Order: sequence, then C-alpha cells, then structure tokens
Amino acid sequence: MRRYLLKQLIGRIPLLFGITVITFMVIHLAPGKPTTLQTELNPKVSYEARVRLEKLYGLDKPLPVQYGRWLSRLVRLDFGTSFQDDRPVLDKIMERIPITLLIELLSLVLIFLLAIPIGVASAVRKDSFFDKAITLFVFIGFAAPGFWIALLLMEFFGVTLGWLPVSGIRSFGSENLSLMEQALDLGKHLILPVFISAFGGLAGLSRYMRGNMLNVIQQDYIRTARAKGLPERVVIYKHALRNALLPVVTLLGLSLPGLIGGSVIAEAIFGIPGMGRLFFDSVMARDYPVIMGILFIGAVLTLLGNLLADIAYGWVDPRIRIIGEEGIKE
Amino acid sequence: MQSFRKKKKGRKLLLHLNRLTFLSQRPLGAVFFLFFLAALFGCSSQTTPSEQTSASSAFSEPAYGDRFVTGSIGEPKNLIPILASDSASQSIVGMVFNGLVKYNEKVELTGDLAEGWEIEREGLDIIFHLRRNVRWHDGHPFTADDVVFTYQKLIDPTIKTPYSGDFERIAHLEKIDEDTVKVTYKEPFSPALSSWGMSIMPKHLLEKEDFNKTSFSRHPIGTGPYRFKRWKTGEFVELEANPDYFEGRPYIDGTLYRIIPDQATLFLELRTEGVDSLDLTPLQYQRQTESDFFRRTYRKYRYPAFAYTYIGYNLIDPRFRDIRIRKALTLAVNRKEMIDGILLGLGRECTGPFVPESWAYNPEVRPLSYDLEEAKRLLAEAGWRDTDGDGWLDKNGEIFEFTLITNQGNEQRQMVAELVQRQWQKLGIRVKIRIIEWAAFLSEFIDKKRFEAFILGWALSRDPDLYDIWHSSKTREGEFNFIQYKNVEVDRLIEEGRRTFDQEKRKEIYHRLHRIIYEEQPCTFLYVPDALPIVHARVKGVKPSPIGIGYNFIKWYVPKNEQKYVTR
Repeated sequence: MRRYLLKQLIGRIPLLFGITVITFMVIHLAPGKPTTLQTELNPKVSYEARVRLEKLYGLDKPLPVQYGRWLSRLVRLDFGTSFQDDRPVLDKIMERIPITLLIELLSLVLIFLLAIPIGVASAVRKDSFFDKAITLFVFIGFAAPGFWIALLLMEFFGVTLGWLPVSGIRSFGSENLSLMEQALDLGKHLILPVFISAFGGLAGLSRYMRGNMLNVIQQDYIRTARAKGLPERVVIYKHALRNALLPVVTLLGLSLPGLIGGSVIAEAIFGIPGMGRLFFDSVMARDYPVIMGILFIGAVLTLLGNLLADIAYGWVDPRIRIIGEEGIKE
Repeated sequence: MQSFRKKKKGRKLLLHLNRLTFLSQRPLGAVFFLFFLAALFGCSSQTTPSEQTSASSAFSEPAYGDRFVTGSIGEPKNLIPILASDSASQSIVGMVFNGLVKYNEKVELTGDLAEGWEIEREGLDIIFHLRRNVRWHDGHPFTADDVVFTYQKLIDPTIKTPYSGDFERIAHLEKIDEDTVKVTYKEPFSPALSSWGMSIMPKHLLEKEDFNKTSFSRHPIGTGPYRFKRWKTGEFVELEANPDYFEGRPYIDGTLYRIIPDQATLFLELRTEGVDSLDLTPLQYQRQTESDFFRRTYRKYRYPAFAYTYIGYNLIDPRFRDIRIRKALTLAVNRKEMIDGILLGLGRECTGPFVPESWAYNPEVRPLSYDLEEAKRLLAEAGWRDTDGDGWLDKNGEIFEFTLITNQGNEQRQMVAELVQRQWQKLGIRVKIRIIEWAAFLSEFIDKKRFEAFILGWALSRDPDLYDIWHSSKTREGEFNFIQYKNVEVDRLIEEGRRTFDQEKRKEIYHRLHRIIYEEQPCTFLYVPDALPIVHARVKGVKPSPIGIGYNFIKWYVPKNEQKYVTR
C-alpha cells in the first residue's frame, strides 16, 4: 500500500509540471498587461515610468525566462510577491483560505445532508408527485442565477425584515463581544452565503444519488434481499443505500479543490474576503504571481483529491482492491 | 453563466469607476474616484433642498465623536503614497498624508504642509516654506528632510512608483534649512507646483526600509487629519481622527472604509444605513432614492464631475483625417437626447478638453448644434453619397462603415454606442459595435491603435496641462494621445502653457487651445457627467463648493444627539 501511494505521488509530479507550464502560458496569452491596469489610465503616469515598472516586475524578459524564474522560486516553496501590493502570494492566500474553507465546508455538509435523502426518496418514489416536485425545486436552484437569488434574499431578510446583515462576515466592533456572541454574529452573516452556495449544488448531487439508487435497486442482490423477506426499510437503507453511496465517495474526493476555490459570485455579492474574490481580482488585474499561486495549489489539491478518491473507493467497496506490485495478494 | 455575466457587470462597473481618475485636492498624489471620496473631492455643486427639522437645528452644534462609514468597491493595495496607484488606496492616503500644496474649495492652489512658496527665475526655482511644528502621527517632527527624502524615492529607479514623470524634470532639490526647500527645474514647468500635492513620506520611518517589503504599506504613518488604525483584508480599513492635526482636530472621530465589491450590495447597504455615503448612478439618483426613507435619512448632492466622455477617431484613417467627416459625425449626434436618455439629465454637453469648472475652460466655445442636414451636406462635399440607393453612403464603390469599440461593463458607454449607431445610420453610415473586456481593450486595441473609433472617458487633473493627452509626441504604445492628434499650433501652445506661470497668461493660452481643439473636432466630445454623492443626513457641515464636498471633511460633524456610533 505504501509503495502504491509513493508510486502514485511520484507519477503525478510530471502531470503537475505540465499543468504549470500550460497555465503559465495561458495566463500570459491573455491580453492585457498588469502595468496598464495598475495605473488606471492616469495620464500622469509617464511612458518611462511604465517601462520602468515592467522592468522591475521582470515583465520585459521572454516568457520562458519568466517561467524559469517562477519555477525556480516555486521549488523553494516561494510563490513570489503580488504585483498589486508586493505582499507574498502565500500570505495573501493563507489569510483568505479560512473563511472560504468554512463557507464551502458548511455548504458541502449541507448539500450532502440534503441531497442524499432527497435523492433516495425520489428514487424510491420514482415518478411520484413528490419526485417531480423535488426535481423541480432542485432544478430551480441549479438554473436560477445565484446572484439574483442572493440579491432577492438580501433585500428580503436584510432590508425588508432586517433580520440578517446584508454583507460582510462580521459586524464592526464584534471583536469586543464574547466568544459566543461572536460565533452568533458570524453565523448570522454566513446564513445567506452558505444557503446560496448550497442551493446551486443541490441539483447535481441529488440527481446523481437518485440515479445511483435506481440503478442499485434493480440489482440482483436487492431482489435476493427482498426475496428473503426482509422488510422494505432494511432493503432500501441497509442494502441499497450503502451500495448507492459508493460513487458519492469519488465526488467527495473531487470536491477537495472546490473547498478552497470559493465562489466568485457569492463572495463578491456578500462582500466576503475569500479565495474566489482574490482569484477574480487577480485575474482582472493580471496579477500573474497570485494567479499562478492559486492555480498551482488548486492543481495539487485536484491531483490529491483524485488519489484520495481512488484510495477511499477501494476502502469502502470490498469489490475493488488496489493492486500493488506484488499482484493481487493485497 | 448568466450569473457570471452579471458578476462581471458589477466588477466592470468598478473598473469603469477606476478609470475615472480624479486628481484631487492633493493634485498629483491623489487619483481619486467616483466611489465615496471622489464625491468628496469633486467640483462645484448644487444641493438638493434639504429639509432640516427644527429639532435638529436646535442641537446642531458642532460636536466631536461618531464615525463616518463609506463603501469602497475595491480593496486598497498599497498605502505608501508614491506607490498608491489605485483609487481605494489613494483616498485613504489622502486622509493620512499631506502634500506641500493642495487645492482649496475654489480650486486654487494653497499651502498644505508648505505655508507658502516663492517662484523665482521665471519658474526655474520654487522655494517652499514649510509649516513649523507639524508632527508625524508618531510624534516625530516633520522637516525639510522628509521632503528631500520623498523626492529621492520618487526618482529612485528601483522603486515601483508610477509618479516619477513630473519629478524627473527637477534638476536638483536642496534643503536650505529645516523649514525651507528649494526645487530647481531643468526648465520652467508650470504644472510643477500642483505636482507638489504629492504626499510627503516620513524619512525617519522609511529610510532603512525596502519599499517592496516594508510593513508601512499596510500601516502608514502620516501627518494628515486621520491616523491609520487597522486594516482587515477584504473587510475594512479604519482610520481615527488625529487630535493634533495642524488645522485642528477633525470633528468626526473615525472613518471606516468598508470593502464591498458589488454595486448592488452597496446600494442595499445604503438602504440599511450600513454605509453613510455612496456615489449614486443617475438611475439611483433620479428613481431609487426618492422614497420618504431616503428623504429623511440622506441628503443628495449634485455637481459636474471633473471628467468627460468622448468618441475618439483614429486620425490615421483617411476618412477620419478629413475634418468635414469628423464634423459631420458630431453634428449627427444628438447630445441633448443622449444626456436626457442616458444620464437622465444629470450631465452637460462637453465642448472640449476642459470642464466648465476649470479656469482653463473657454465659455465662448459653443457646442455644435444637432444638424442632420448640415452633416449630410458635409459628407457629400467629402465625396460620400448614396450612389446605388441601398441606404448606405459610398465612395469609389466602398460603403462608409466602421467599428466602434468600447469596454465591457460600462453600461453608459454601451448605451452611447447604441445611440450613435442609430443616429449615424440616419446619415447612411454603417456602424458595428464591439464590446471588449477592459484589459484586452486597452492593451490590444487602444494602445496598439487597432481601432477605427472608440468610446472612452477622461478624468482630468486640476491643472489644465494638456501635454500627455494632446501633444503629438505622446502617441507611443502606452501613451495617451490614442487618436494620434497632431497639430503644430496646438503643440506649440501646449508647450507654452506648461512654461508659463502667470495664470492670466496661461488662461489665454488654454482658451485658445480649447477653441482650436473644438473647431478641429479630433473627437466627438459628448458630455460631462455629474457626480452624485449621497450623504447621511446626520452629518452636518457639508458645504458644496466648486471643488466638491469633501474638501472640508474635517469640519463635518454630527450633533451630539444624533451620533450613531460610540467611538471612545
């Protein structure tokens, strides 16, 4: 097993390298220069000053040289400094990860808690009124633009009712409150963002779950279970559900990079200082070091997530075993 | 996808705002913006009638305390004055630091850290007499050394400042004594004085610091009316009043810049009184802030911004090289309809490179009237006629058609594009519209001169120098004479204008420039939009003047009984 892991990890390094080459090229191919955007069309910024800025950022060098520099810093775990404010990229990313992670985790938990029962229930009651109604509901969540629902909810709960704050992640001066009150304050601020981010993701997983469940119910072993005279409840929840849950494990692994990716829309609308906004702002400003930093971390997590999904799958499903060098023994 | 598009819209609006760079009170240093502080440092004014209740006037004595909350669309990037190039940083730097000079409410240069100055040898030398007994927020005295230090850093080639341009013209700068500095220019340069609005930095704190790494960029220490208190990334920046400010302690104890990246959210925050001020769009001003709640809670202000919107033509293109065609295009644009329809009446016709609030503006230049017949006549004279009866003008078998480009996310400009497309169609000119993402728009189309016509806006500095935008030498990639305007007389006058220190003489020069440029119609000048700030009604002492409302921020106050936040 350890050997397998090691092999997988090493095998993924060239892949990672390839990803960085491609992303580096693509972001530099995008038109627009960081220096143009930085100075916001201010006529007081002279031509010479701009040329000087480009030189100081190393943008006058050919792309391969720029890439080489980036890579040589990266192997020393130095992501460089942002073009926008000269702060280390890693600092900028680290200060934004916690809040995004919190929101994404909460919404992921919410999605799984809701989508699995919804999927199972609609599969069991396939084509019933309940199935159709719930399908409609989750598809509304999937299809309706998130920003629009967000604004409607902000208007209703924030302005009309005044129950929830409109934006931000804490009230000003909340650091003087007790820990309990602070948590409550944070919770109030997070209700809408978490809901918005979960609502959109509900459709995917619940439909997936429904499909899996339908698939499993038709299997022979379910018929066997029924034939044995087991109560329907046991058939569904013990035999069918467990098997239908297996592919979901893969999804869980694949959602790993999403946990730190954040949602641009929700974060911008709710004024949350998270990763999505950092990435979006960096792209708009062509802040190459930050873009590369985020994409690199994203790539690492994606590869890691895949690996974890593979391993976890073998672990939960006895029918699948990881085959090591020694053959089928393991 | 849809939601993504919308998101971009909000964000693009911000870019649009960013683009309108306002050189503020502190002329060079501060490139301000249309979000709150831009409004503060705008120009002349016109107040909506404010209904003061008798109760409030009884208590409306100036009092210390309370906090002023504004929303900022962008996150500040760097609070070192010479590195602060974005508007959010600029507005904070403007509160924390001072320049040597600033613009007063009548848009005249007056002393800030300098008490006075003398101009000698016809402008070659400027001697600044510095204010005494000014202290940095950490208690250290401010001296001439700080000015020398700031200058050295501005021209230091290893520092990433975009503002070196005006300071490269200095031959040398010397400290005469603790309170006097003498600046010697290579040649007389009249915009020099206003360039000293650049914020001065503390030598004792930054001397040994690496400007790329120093923590000063997030913990600035200045001489200004407000001291930096803290900055929570992505959330807010908090400032507190400097009780020892040399012009007196500000009444309002604290200012808070909340970072809210979405326009729609900002407006919702205004409705819940989460922010105390906002720059409104024409639609918000005319239609969405007329309820009883808004009348009770806020005061709206309105004054022309120091900016204009125009259609630029590529003057290398043989068609646009012909003045008759450019004139015809302007004649066929109904600018009144445009202002009424797009700005909902909140703007004025623009007649050239200056706005009416500037002393350089020539009031005798009248805007061309809307005259389709005259436009058709001019086009026919230039050889463009509809010979084959297909509805489009042609010449030598080619139809008169071109592409009009503008940037994505600026709804006003897109509406302008659609409007002129329709109006030019009446002349028989076929216009295609292309909307391009801001970064690509600038670097791939505008900078590289790959365009036929475009819509953009300029925000103007208080000093009327036209060199960077209109001089024929400024056409390289990354310079600002995009349209490649070239006129020997204009070049000469611009050069003369920046050599002349006598304001009356300069005024004459700029009045002539204004006239020549409008007669030549190198672009179609469209409108000067109004700045439309709204400020919470509990804040008193807002006195609109030609420079806007923010110039006397330290005199704004909230009467004791109306204070909302406890600040100490």
